[in-house]
Amino acid sequence: MAPVAPRSGDVIFASVERVNAELFTLTYGAIVRQLITDLEEVEEVNKQLDQMGYNIGIRLIDEFLAKSNVSRCVDFKETAEVIAKVGFKMFLGVTASVTNWDAEGTCCSLILEDNPLVDFVELPDTCQGLYYCNILSGVVRGALEMVSMKTEVTWLRDMLRGDDAFELQVKLLKQVPEEYPYKDDE
Amino acid sequence: MIGVGKIKQYTNVLDKPLSKGKQEVSLSAFAFLFSEMVQYNQTQVDNIAELERRLEDAGYAVGARVLELLCHREKGNRRETRLLGILSFVHSTVWKVLFGKALEIGCGGTLVRRVLMEESDRCQVADSLEKGTEHEDEYMISEKELLVNRFISIPKDMGTFNCGAFVAGIVRGVLDSAGFPAVVTAHFVPVEGQLRPRTTILIKFAEEVLRREARLG
Repeated sequence: MAPVAPRSGDVIFASVERVNAELFTLTYGAIVRQLITDLEEVEEVNKQLDQMGYNIGIRLIDEFLAKSNVSRCVDFKETAEVIAKVGFKMFLGVTASVTNWDAEGTCCSLILEDNPLVDFVELPDTCQGLYYCNILSGVVRGALEMVSMKTEVTWLRDMLRGDDAFELQVKLLKQVPEEYPYKDDE
Repeated sequence: MIGVGKIKQYTNVLDKPLSKGKQEVSLSAFAFLFSEMVQYNQTQVDNIAELERRLEDAGYAVGARVLELLCHREKGNRRETRLLGILSFVHSTVWKVLFGKALEIGCGGTLVRRVLMEESDRCQVADSLEKGTEHEDEYMISEKELLVNRFISIPKDMGTFNCGAFVAGIVRGVLDSAGFPAVVTAHFVPVEGQLRPRTTILIKFAEEVLRREARLG
């Protein structure tokens, strides 16, 4: 059987069921607001958002692989491109661009110009330390961990903090070798 | 702290043009997010009632904003002031924008006694707004499969818990912010011959709303 060709982010996004982005945006806003009320410290909120994102990421990767037909990426560069062009597109309907590679090719930036999470959002003075979109970094980290890549994902630029774009730095810490053969009875 | 002293640089969020509301994200993205919200809230409560209340509160915050947004965008900065007007705003405009479709005509469940005639005549396509005859102040919105319940199966030990509490909260947020305080709850109503129950959202208006309505004639 010939290998199935990988599908582009646009094609997948057009074929999946979609919901109104405002429902998504406002629901996310409601979550962040709940966290701020419950946890009080913005640092704790950042942590919780990252954790929620991680939980999503480790489940979302399955759907991503099933729908995208993406085969194994040869290097981290390809991985980053796939996240930016296919991953973001198929779930959020927006694409990111990949830049700022370091010399080793293990660290890069994903730049989001359009971000459905932040419509209608303005950070009040009391929440200046908040990484409002921290859930996204968690998602990327969780999803990559499921394909054997330990990463560190941090926000470098955030439009809600007055920057001109959203910049998410993804740094490959190590590639965990897969163990063969898998033991079924563990 | 990063960001302090930079506030002046922000483009005011109100200066941005209001989006047309046509943007979409994948249903899974929403489902994942919603699931995380439910799971997080589960860690914050001791019982089901509290969990439903917290989801409802989250929904309320969404509803209040939805009212503002839609009145501005869809209604030319006007909002409904009469009971039937606001109800039809909820089940047609709000439902259509948030869930992609207006409500369908539903058959009565156990809670529902009579279909409200004026309403169902007016919007044949878009209706499952019904009125309970036992109580003048009760209305129901009924949906076969609520968007938020699509991927949810309730564990046996959680009894009558319904994630629709979030949607009930949205409805309450819209109504309350429009000056129609009400108690809104979500219930599962079993349908004969179907595996999954439908969800009915029960709206019980506050006394003052009905008094005002009577006065307006």
